[in-house]
Amino acid sequence: MAARRRLVSALLVFLCASSVFSGAESQEATLTGGHRAAAVDDPPTDTERAEQAAEQPAVEERRWEATEVEEATPDEAAGEKQDTSAPGTAAPSSAPQPKDDFQEELVVRPLHSGDIYASFQFRTLWETDFTRENKVSHYRLFPKSLGQVISKFSVRELHISFTQGYWRTMQWGQPFLPSPPGAELWVWFQDSVTDVDGTWKELTNVLSGIFCASLNFIDSTNTVQPSASFKPLGIGNEATDHRFLRYATLPREIVCTENLTPWKKLLPCGSKAGLAVLLKSEKLFHSSFHSQAVHIRPVCEDRQCKTTSWELRQTLNVVFDLYTSGQGKREWSLFKMFSRTLTEACPLASSSKIYIDVTDNPQGEQFELSPATALLSQAVVLGDRRTFSVYDLTQQITFGSVRSLNLLIRWKSTEGDMLRPLLHAERYVAGYGLQTGEIHTLMYNNHPYRSFPVLLLDSVPWYLRLYIHTLTVTSKGKDNKPSYIHYQPSKDRLRPHLLEMLVQLPPNSVTEVTVQFERALLKWTEYTPDPNHGFYVGSSVISSLVPSIVAMDTNSTLKRPLFSSFFPCKEESSFFVRIYTEPLLVNLPTPDFSMPYNVICLTCTVVAVGYGSLYNLLTRSFQIEEPSPGLAKRIANIIRKMRGVPPL
Amino acid sequence: MLRQRTHVTSRCGRVMDRRRSSEPRRQDRVTVDNNNMGLLSDPNRRRALLGLLTRLNAPICVVCYMAGVAWFMGLAFEPFTLRTYMSENAMGSTMVEERFPAGERALATGREFAAHKKKTGGMPVDWLVRTMQARGLEVFTQSFSRTLPFPDENKERYMVKGTNVYGILRAPRAPRTEALVLSAPCNPGDENNQAVGLLLGLAQYFRNQIFLAKDVIFLVNEHDLIGMQAWLEGYHHTNTTGMDWSPLQGRGGSIQAALSLELSSDIITSLDLVLEGLNGQLPNLDLANLFYAFCQKIGVLCTIQGKLQRNDWDSVSGYSHAVQTMMLMVMKQASGRPWGDHGLFLRYHIEAATIKGINSFRQYKTDATTIGRLLEGMYRKLNNLLERLHQSYFFYLMPSLSHFVSIGYYMPAFGLLAVILLLRALDLWVQLMTPPPRTEDGVIDIEQSSPGVLSVLTPLVISHLTGVALYMLPVRFQEMAVEHFPVSETEAVVLTAIAVYTAGLALPHNTHRLLAGEGTEQGWRVLKLVAVLYLAVLLGCTALINFSLGFILALTLVPVAAFVTPHVPKVLSAFILVILSPACTLLFSVFFFQELQEMPVSFQDGWVLYLSVISQGILDHVLYGSLVYPLIALLVYPCWLLFWNILFWK
Repeated sequence: MAARRRLVSALLVFLCASSVFSGAESQEATLTGGHRAAAVDDPPTDTERAEQAAEQPAVEERRWEATEVEEATPDEAAGEKQDTSAPGTAAPSSAPQPKDDFQEELVVRPLHSGDIYASFQFRTLWETDFTRENKVSHYRLFPKSLGQVISKFSVRELHISFTQGYWRTMQWGQPFLPSPPGAELWVWFQDSVTDVDGTWKELTNVLSGIFCASLNFIDSTNTVQPSASFKPLGIGNEATDHRFLRYATLPREIVCTENLTPWKKLLPCGSKAGLAVLLKSEKLFHSSFHSQAVHIRPVCEDRQCKTTSWELRQTLNVVFDLYTSGQGKREWSLFKMFSRTLTEACPLASSSKIYIDVTDNPQGEQFELSPATALLSQAVVLGDRRTFSVYDLTQQITFGSVRSLNLLIRWKSTEGDMLRPLLHAERYVAGYGLQTGEIHTLMYNNHPYRSFPVLLLDSVPWYLRLYIHTLTVTSKGKDNKPSYIHYQPSKDRLRPHLLEMLVQLPPNSVTEVTVQFERALLKWTEYTPDPNHGFYVGSSVISSLVPSIVAMDTNSTLKRPLFSSFFPCKEESSFFVRIYTEPLLVNLPTPDFSMPYNVICLTCTVVAVGYGSLYNLLTRSFQIEEPSPGLAKRIANIIRKMRGVPPL
Repeated sequence: MLRQRTHVTSRCGRVMDRRRSSEPRRQDRVTVDNNNMGLLSDPNRRRALLGLLTRLNAPICVVCYMAGVAWFMGLAFEPFTLRTYMSENAMGSTMVEERFPAGERALATGREFAAHKKKTGGMPVDWLVRTMQARGLEVFTQSFSRTLPFPDENKERYMVKGTNVYGILRAPRAPRTEALVLSAPCNPGDENNQAVGLLLGLAQYFRNQIFLAKDVIFLVNEHDLIGMQAWLEGYHHTNTTGMDWSPLQGRGGSIQAALSLELSSDIITSLDLVLEGLNGQLPNLDLANLFYAFCQKIGVLCTIQGKLQRNDWDSVSGYSHAVQTMMLMVMKQASGRPWGDHGLFLRYHIEAATIKGINSFRQYKTDATTIGRLLEGMYRKLNNLLERLHQSYFFYLMPSLSHFVSIGYYMPAFGLLAVILLLRALDLWVQLMTPPPRTEDGVIDIEQSSPGVLSVLTPLVISHLTGVALYMLPVRFQEMAVEHFPVSETEAVVLTAIAVYTAGLALPHNTHRLLAGEGTEQGWRVLKLVAVLYLAVLLGCTALINFSLGFILALTLVPVAAFVTPHVPKVLSAFILVILSPACTLLFSVFFFQELQEMPVSFQDGWVLYLSVISQGILDHVLYGSLVYPLIALLVYPCWLLFWNILFWK
């Protein structure tokens, strides 16, 4: 048992160590890709791959050559942004190196389904220490509101996302940054915090004000402390005492312009210049999916990690629909997506780039990209080696003679079938009636021959009373015993259920996790104003290291040097994926609130008439009264009484 | 007495006596307070009331029965009914625009579908999947199979195998928590192609719209209700009827409302709304209101029970038209079977209705574009829903599409019938309590008159065992019956049922053989008291769930329960009892229903129809879980047998 526990914890540490941001991964990979391109021993690989990808004529070869020459610039830029103290990176002009730095980028990926995915990332790095005694008071690029939050609440890491819509993995593949529908907040506090719950409560209220969101609805009934699923993403992730972690989701939160505006205000250039001019709400909310997030974490400043700096990463992901936004025409441009074109980079940004994913389009047979760029970059994103066309907004030449950049992507082929992502999950409520039900979570492993473990995190509100003894995990019709289960039962009106499991998914299988529940009858003040809408249960979170696609097709098809293809390369062999299932809408037994008056009247009547008379009949004793005397006798008696004689 | 005693006491004891005398005074006060309640607590008045009720029992019962029937018939009279109105604010006040343009294209798609259907000789699954995918839906299929307990001769099927195809239109920026369903059955032959075409047309149109807030599921189900049952069970992952289906891959959260579309011609004259679902469940009245509101807005003739609304409510023909419409609804509801593909949704608390296009030879024609616009409007309003439909009535009858009778209005009709049973029970109780020959010293010989428990329990058990036999035997013994008699399986089942039913009539002899000695006078009274109360509870519960069934049963069984004693003329009473038995009620209902539908049948055809209705009832129970057959077989029929038993009490 202990051995297994150790094994599990080792695996968890591995998981968290590799659970870096996919975006960061992409940039690192850009770096390595660049190095490889510049290195001497690599060209054969590249050319061979290019050959392999398609029977390319000499033209294409030339393009790749050109790329290699050009690549030197992004290489340097990438190096610069990765670690400012890297050797060979000359600071632009000023002698005193600024301690903060701002970068912006936009990745556009034409999706398989004909939709288009645009992902903005804005990163502010600041070499400072919010935790020291004297308060940080001079802010340049870093937003002061967030800086004060970090220092006041001793936050070590903060991740908050607002999402409207559900990421359709089957059609769109994996997102760069996953997020559940509604609002999600998870925070690691410093070890110095004594009253974590109190601090968390205050923090959520403050964030609620900063982001104009209903985060103040986060209380103990929807907050959990996951033991394994959420690990710190910044430095110093070995000290992971989950007492300092708080995780909460608000699946009902609706994200709209009022959340976007404060988010944009955190940017150094606001929405005045740079990529942020594209962020116009009338277009961003005319889409299939919208997600905005803020991530704060400490990162290393240099290789030796002598100094740390704080990274603020603001991301915004949006998917435009082919049919509603694109009117069914498979043609996308910056103007069509955002109703704006780009004219300049943010003057405060050290780097400002647009990446277009052209992996599926090595020769322009899928879509046509204009204006063309010679700059190419490679990165391993989510286990897949992708190629990007790069537009550097800091170069004036990018904007051309019209002094504005309007990227245009014109598709040539029609849409494809649904995707089969390696890891995919769905969840639903089974059964009918308002007494019991069953939550089914299906996890698909579509890898043809590799099994891999996943961590499933389920946080279920207390008013669904889980029968944990009915928990079953089956794959391929057999019982699949989880190697690690962490279950914290709920307390009515105090805390939710928390269920974490480490499950091994066999290759090419569906694993089904079911648990039955009973629907609680709430107190009448606990119902929402619209009780017949139903009650939300937040998404389950599935975190996993998935064998990468690059590792998947090593064995036979690719023409590679034999020495390089025996063992799959370590950093590419698997990649970290976190996916969220859909939230659930569950109906609870609901009294008819529309007629309280009738109910009160009826209840009172039943009590008065029914109970009263029944009680009366049961408790009263009956006796036969003697017949009352006649009138004459009564009068006679009165007279006798006056006379003082005993009555008749 | 107490008062008298106070007067006798001496002066010094007056204070103490005051306190004592407070007791009768309090009693007086209570009597005054409960003056209105005092009817029962006052022994004299109670006696008087009981005397009145027992003396006038028969006339009161007759009056109640007449009043109940009259009340029921009055329900269809327009001034007594309420106009329908939209209760749900989310659907009422908001305006939607209907712009669906592509009716012609939808019909072309329908023709294409028909061609592919003919080519594949069944459901063109591949074509549907491709077409739905081309319209930008997420498409999934579900296969199912079901072996019926015995061949269904109406629809000519025994071993059913099929595939459902459904496409989910994902609403933009919605988290997959709510969905609406539009379904069209894929019928054999040339039927319903236009419905599938229009469904695909609407899918294409909705795909380009930004306004959707709920996922819309477009479902084409094969083998009508069996396919629908498989899909719903798959969607909710339940298995109530032992059907084999493959699990669903894609879902859209909790389904809020559903419409089933039946359309078999390019141009229609009117649209018919079908509401009656499984076990007489009805969708929320707001769904009917929504349909009616859009028919009015767009200008489509709309009917319910195939009957147009008439304005001349004050004329006899107008009133009888309303009665016909309401009676049709009552008959359909009482049958407990789903009258359209929507009927199975209701079990899952999903409000659903079927919309049928009818092409008769009227002047007024409606094309597919208009129907598309109507459906678009309805879906846009349903899409606006913030909560499930719950504001309006779930229990109602509709004498026309614009008027309804709510539960508060129709329940008194049933109550007046049910009160007869209670009155009779009271009468019997009083008879049992008061000894017939009151002896001089007033001592009642309890031992002599009280019947044994056995004399009541034996008929109860035996009649219920007969009921169990009626429920179990027909399906179990069909193979044996087919071997020994020259009949088909279906006929075997129905004839076995009738045979068991008839065999139950021999019950009194069997009972008396088991009972030792003669049945006493008190014995049948106790048995009748039990039977009457049993029937009252049974009918009351039935009427709460399915008013129509409860009312029809009450209409026939209550007179039986009221008049039957061992002392009435045997032959005539037996004849009346048989005529008013559940089986004969069903037979009359079949003829009456045909009459109401203006399709009268001869006795020969009626009998054939009757047999098929029985087999359909059993099939409905096995396939979809309809409760009418077990209710009749296990509860109502045994109850009726008790009265039969009383008649032949020795």
